[in-house]
Amino acid sequence: MSKLPALRSESAFADRKPAYSPAQARVEANRCLYCHDAPCIQACPTSIDIPTFIRKIGTDNQRGSARTILDSNILGYSCARVCPVEVLCVGACVYNQMGVPPIQIGKLQRYATEHAVTQGWTFYEAGPDSGKSVGLIGGGPASLAAAHRLRRFGHAVTIYEARDMVGGLNATGVAPYKMPADDAMAEAERVLSIGGIELRSGVRVPQDLSWAELERRHDALFIGIGLGPDSALLTGERPAGVHGAVAWIEQMKLGTVDVSGVRNAVVVGGGNTAVDAVRELLGLGVENVKLVYRGVQAGMSGYAHEWDGAKKEGARAVWQTVPTGWQVNAAGGITGLRCLHLDADKQPIAGTEHEIAADLVLLAIGQGKLGALVADLDGVVVSRGRIQTGPGGATGRPGVYAGGDCVNGGKEVVNAVAEGRDAALAMHTTLTGGAA
Amino acid sequence: MADLKTTCAGITSPNPFWLASAPPTNSGEQIMRAFDAGWGGAVWKTLGMPIQNVSSRFGAIGVKGVGGVGFNNIELITDRPLAANFREIAEVKKRFPEHAVVVSLMVESREEWKEIIARSEDAGADGLELNFGCPHGMCERGMGSAVGQEPRINERITGWAKEFATVPVLVKLTPNVSDIVPHGLAAQTGGADGISLINTIKSIIGVDIESFTPRPSVGPASTNGGYCGAAVRPIALHMVAALSRDPRFRLPISGIGGITCWRDAVEFLLLGSSSVQVCTEVMLRGYRIVGDMIEGLSDYMDRHGFTAVDQLVGRAIPGYREWGELDLNFEAVAKIDASRCIGCQLCLVACMDGAHQCIHPGPEAEVRVPVVDEAECVGCNLCQIVCPVEGCIEMAPVDNGFPPVSWNEHVAQGAALRPKKGSHG
Repeated sequence: MSKLPALRSESAFADRKPAYSPAQARVEANRCLYCHDAPCIQACPTSIDIPTFIRKIGTDNQRGSARTILDSNILGYSCARVCPVEVLCVGACVYNQMGVPPIQIGKLQRYATEHAVTQGWTFYEAGPDSGKSVGLIGGGPASLAAAHRLRRFGHAVTIYEARDMVGGLNATGVAPYKMPADDAMAEAERVLSIGGIELRSGVRVPQDLSWAELERRHDALFIGIGLGPDSALLTGERPAGVHGAVAWIEQMKLGTVDVSGVRNAVVVGGGNTAVDAVRELLGLGVENVKLVYRGVQAGMSGYAHEWDGAKKEGARAVWQTVPTGWQVNAAGGITGLRCLHLDADKQPIAGTEHEIAADLVLLAIGQGKLGALVADLDGVVVSRGRIQTGPGGATGRPGVYAGGDCVNGGKEVVNAVAEGRDAALAMHTTLTGGAA
Repeated sequence: MADLKTTCAGITSPNPFWLASAPPTNSGEQIMRAFDAGWGGAVWKTLGMPIQNVSSRFGAIGVKGVGGVGFNNIELITDRPLAANFREIAEVKKRFPEHAVVVSLMVESREEWKEIIARSEDAGADGLELNFGCPHGMCERGMGSAVGQEPRINERITGWAKEFATVPVLVKLTPNVSDIVPHGLAAQTGGADGISLINTIKSIIGVDIESFTPRPSVGPASTNGGYCGAAVRPIALHMVAALSRDPRFRLPISGIGGITCWRDAVEFLLLGSSSVQVCTEVMLRGYRIVGDMIEGLSDYMDRHGFTAVDQLVGRAIPGYREWGELDLNFEAVAKIDASRCIGCQLCLVACMDGAHQCIHPGPEAEVRVPVVDEAECVGCNLCQIVCPVEGCIEMAPVDNGFPPVSWNEHVAQGAALRPKKGSHG
């Protein structure tokens, strides 16, 4: 796998939720009520037995604590850092009902998993060779989770990844104040260290390797190809200084972005990528960062707690506004966005033309869908760009499974892990002769 | 405002809060600081023949990060020169004439008792406490709990002390006996003016699971020690009450054992103590805790209209009955206040696994408030005990129409008992 440069733009960011010391972890663990049939477990897409792993921190069973997490979620380390716990486990903590600060489950999970990493503990071995082979297309969290589980069952596993690195958006897209790329990649290495996972990087499916060939090689396939490039805004040529947010974030995390001359940055969109981009620009020192969104705050798909954080860091929002054109200088660089105000039904209001100054614009208005890539596969149904699956990620084509963003349309790492893991369980059942 | 002035076995103090004979009463300098902080009395660290202590000495158990819930020690009596102790007793009494200074004593022979009692009284002791309780070290030499466990020896030595003493004599009993009553009666027969109890409970506080040695470690080994702290309070309360309610027993009691705050102290008073002694909580938190104890007791007394401490003493004794005298027809059931319930379901799992399987999930999966099957609920309290929300679960009395009947009455007269619950068929 490729090595990251030592100095990257994301290196400028401090950890927003620093790791617990052992003393802090113990105090917090001891607060946990150890609920029965706990709401936090139900809120976790991977159903980690949270009260149990926390209890084990309190009883000084550190190895067992990490094992409890990883049994359910092999990417439990990065999920601890990148999960929106406020709307998942922590949001479900019963202490919220009591007016008591909820248990900091993410920080405890990070403590337990990080401790296991520091100690060099490993928990899993590949199962005895089953004679079956599974190909996984895409090397993101869904495929990593599936691959690891399949290896525990003893199936031969090959990951086909178009890039020269695995980890997917967990490495290239996570806000750096949550987790830097190298931590995500190190975790991917730990997952692969179970052994027997063949990694074919730089392979694009189906351009470099056809679906027919993949089906010939393997007894089952898992499609975990994520989403496509950033969606475009406006037609015609994109001026210099306008970037897709996902691509820009990736550049910031894996290499460097230059914002030294930027006085006014605008992020277009209202989702979590948009809010992340706003906070990242502010963190890199851009003074004026505006979010331009066609709806109102309540209609944003970005998490409220993230936007609240952005506001505290100095972000401004321009609500009910849509860009209609670029303002460029003589050199073809962006200087501003021509905009219109929208009404409550998101319809343009005539006569409200105005300009928002911008020398950097990031577009976070969605990502393309990769449905076309599976067009050759009879039985695999793509609807609105998403691969349609049934229980265990089964597609309509026997032996072909799918999970992660290409199925769910772009959710959290933890959702991808759950879908990859569950697909592995379903594949295992089928491969070993059980019911599909 | 309530008067906290206390008389216990003829020994008076500004309030009922005494420091027990232990490390916090090891020197005059300490006791003077304690009195400045508000303590009403102190029982001086036991005086006797010279000893040598070990290192280390203390061990403790914690619960969920709170240390010292249970505590033990393998320290012996004072290891300071007797002359220094007597000099300091005199200094303390000079500065604090109104406070109670009781001197704890532990020696062997009649002559030794005679001499040490005389020297204690010369120094100004307001009372003496005979240490018949220490369960480690000294008992191996025929003192401490070795005396407290033998009523005849207890009675004899108490008799010696009364022969030589002019100030009140308290006998401090060991809880390391099957029934405390004969030991209290032996001290009474010997002439004691009062009883102090409990001393510490023979214990091993724990084992270092890495080095395979018990704790607290003295190099490569340890020994059994004396257990104390909050965890022993229920044992102490029972022993205090057992003596209080015995019609043959007439002596005042200075109650000891796991008292951490005014509420604990009130419990001891209500079960028959006329003063209380505190050690472990002071060792863990310092003399300063007494301010809260004084204030809390005073407010409690005002709230209940008590004007003097002796009005509390023994108030809960009529409510302490033999099991066979309890009303078998009394019935309570758990009621969960849905508006307070946070949905942790600790009551549910506790009832299912540890009680009578009468708390169940509600009919709607998304509503986490459990439901009590009152027809099966035996009213055991377990759900209320595990509930983290104060006031969420109430144990509500049920009017079942059956008049009160105890087991004894049932056996003697065949009175009707209400149907059993919680047996599921």
